[in-house]
Amino acid sequence: MRYIDEFCDPGLAKRLVESINRLSDKEIVLMEVCGTHTMAIFKHGIKKLLAPSIRLVSGPGCPVCVTAAQDIDVARWISRQKDVIFTTFGDMIRVPGGASSLERQKGQEGADIRVVYSILDALDIARNNPTKRVVFFGIGFETTAPSIASGIQLASKQGLDNFFVYSCHKLIPPAMKALLESGEVKIDGFICPGHVSTIIGAKPYEFIAEQYHIPCVITGFEPLDILQAILMLVKARESGQVGVEIQYTRAVKHEGNVVAQRILAEVFEPIDAVWRGIGVIPDSGLKIRQEYSRFDALLQFEMPEMSDKSDLSNLSDCICGLILRGIAIPTDCPLFKTVCNTENPVGACMVSLEGTCAAYYKYSP
Amino acid sequence: MCLGIPVKIMKISDSLAVVEIGGVKRQASLALVEDVRVGDYVILHAGFAIQKVDEDDARESLRLLEEIGICDI
Amino acid sequence: MQFDRILLSHGSGGRLSQQLIHDVFLKELGNEILDELNDSAVFNVAEGKLAYTTDAYVVSPIFFPGGDIGRLSACGTVNDLSMSGAKPFYLSASFIIEEGLSINDLKTILMSMKQAADEAGVKIVCGDTKVVGRGMADKVFITTSGIGLIPDGIDISPRRIRPGDSVILSGTIGDHGIAILSQREGLGFSSDFISDVAPLNHLVASMLDEVGNDIHAMRDPTRGGLATTLNEFAQVANLGMRIYEDKIPVQDNIRGACELLGFDPLYIANEGKLVTIVENVAGDRVLACMKRHPLGINAEIIGEVVEKPEGMVSLVTRIGGTRVIDMMVGDQLPRIC
Ligand code: SF4
Repeated sequence: MRYIDEFCDPGLAKRLVESINRLSDKEIVLMEVCGTHTMAIFKHGIKKLLAPSIRLVSGPGCPVCVTAAQDIDVARWISRQKDVIFTTFGDMIRVPGGASSLERQKGQEGADIRVVYSILDALDIARNNPTKRVVFFGIGFETTAPSIASGIQLASKQGLDNFFVYSCHKLIPPAMKALLESGEVKIDGFICPGHVSTIIGAKPYEFIAEQYHIPCVITGFEPLDILQAILMLVKARESGQVGVEIQYTRAVKHEGNVVAQRILAEVFEPIDAVWRGIGVIPDSGLKIRQEYSRFDALLQFEMPEMSDKSDLSNLSDCICGLILRGIAIPTDCPLFKTVCNTENPVGACMVSLEGTCAAYYKYSP
Repeated sequence: MCLGIPVKIMKISDSLAVVEIGGVKRQASLALVEDVRVGDYVILHAGFAIQKVDEDDARESLRLLEEIGICDI
Repeated sequence: MQFDRILLSHGSGGRLSQQLIHDVFLKELGNEILDELNDSAVFNVAEGKLAYTTDAYVVSPIFFPGGDIGRLSACGTVNDLSMSGAKPFYLSASFIIEEGLSINDLKTILMSMKQAADEAGVKIVCGDTKVVGRGMADKVFITTSGIGLIPDGIDISPRRIRPGDSVILSGTIGDHGIAILSQREGLGFSSDFISDVAPLNHLVASMLDEVGNDIHAMRDPTRGGLATTLNEFAQVANLGMRIYEDKIPVQDNIRGACELLGFDPLYIANEGKLVTIVENVAGDRVLACMKRHPLGINAEIIGEVVEKPEGMVSLVTRIGGTRVIDMMVGDQLPRIC
């Protein structure tokens, strides 16, 4: 498969690994911000190839993990309302809220919840079911949000009046900022998310290099991409040159995707958002703008007051928050494997396929 | 966090395209990209093309990768 | 036949039931034992060890590229028997039909059931039909049971797995699961996916002829895919399995579909494939024998049994890394992350 197979070449991978390991006598801690990187690193068995001095830690990079329990409870509440078809990406279906998940809601209470691959599929459902209210669960980072914005614009153009979006989108740079300001992390380099950067470009990371003197490499998702990025970060430390480099040049331009940025800004505006396990991060979420507010599910439904006691407080031993900030690993958690596993997940880090706990549970012996 | 895969554009009508990977075809929206043509590769995410794959940059990356092991030895 | 759909009264036991059995079931499936319509099928068996199995089939949609629920229900039971080394000979089939199913659809299903049974060389010798009201079943559910005879001296069981044994897979994985999925509404992707559903008994017979008891274990990786089957082996045998990513055959379009949906082909269902664990020295012979059979052309030795870590399956990735392959949890869902 073009642009996939070339970047999986075993011979080149071997040479990269040798080069990395040759340069790695001192310990270096690199954080992959993006959950898809976490998964790729495990999937290709990359950690075991690298010298033990190279520590890869996972950051807050999975939109499913960081969706707050109360937001999932709101989603469940909406899905129970009369004449509602609730549509969502498959990722969200098993994530526990305070009391239940969408999957259980569907099984036990017969809510009409449908997994879709794209917001375009949800629009089709709305068109084919004019007597129903079709709600789409807007989850995802900057990679996904422009497609949701584009879907809303399409609905507006076509005059669809039975389609709504419940926006729980999150933004990456504010989260990285919050992470660095918490002062609790020791990181020598960031493996920055390739597809988020496809949209936002390299500029939003520059403050990290300038203010915190940590090198950033925007990285693709095939094994050679990841290995090359690690080599670039190891070399950056050797040379002391700190900046934002793009490894994933075939899909990331310095300025990003300006069309997508424009559409995103037309439909959404930043808002403070709650990240599961981390708390409120200023301007890290997306709210539907006034002009498109008739598509905002939050304004369409008369929502009762939701208590937020359901968040991490009743999962008191779960250390997802620390894991997302890169200061603990799943094996530090008392619940890991004993109580919490992929079949019975306690925290969101176990639910998402690419959550750090799930990845540890599945792939490390 | 964001699966995106390189797919080839087979057909374009307005802002919708038919894209292909490994013989599998699917519809994709081109609303987020400009200047793409049949035969181009794009990164597909959640049913949307989010960027054109730059062939020259991909080739250059691979050339650099080929060199890495050799120069370092 | 004056009706073109199944009515509740087709299941009442009265005249309509009679008509349905004669004009539809016997017409399509009939043979000298079934035609007797006795309360039980009566037949002689040779002396020896018998294998006996049963399975219920529900699949949506009931027709899919490469087969339908009829073919699936015959092949599935033939395959379950074959995996224990048995030569299958008789099947039973019982049908739960939702009111409103078109009789033509039912005929098509029975025809492909018969065809699959013929391919396998087995007979359907007894059966039953019930009709339930709308919404109480999804078109048609079929349960088949089967019996087969295990040749003398053959003992196939994961308990016999030993360190050093070879792990052999009979062909490409993921074909059935993706063919089914491609038919579901909402996913909107297309290709010429074809389910691999097929009876494996002849392939197994030729393997047993070739190396007999050097075949230690055998299973068809249906629900949960190859990953689940290998984990079951590893757990029962309390040994490890090491398999190689680049040895596992996957068709391009299956890989493409998996990339699109974020699926892992290791976890996708197959209906015409088998994995076998054989004595190391017999590995190449079994492989060559499988490759001579049309259902084993793409067979590969995909790995070996190792002592440690016990009960675990590890995969050596294309770039030479290793990772653990776990059992599947829940269904795979299309994802963006
Ligand atoms: S193992 Fe479970 S309880 Fe512990 S941090 Fe991870 S998700 Fe939370």
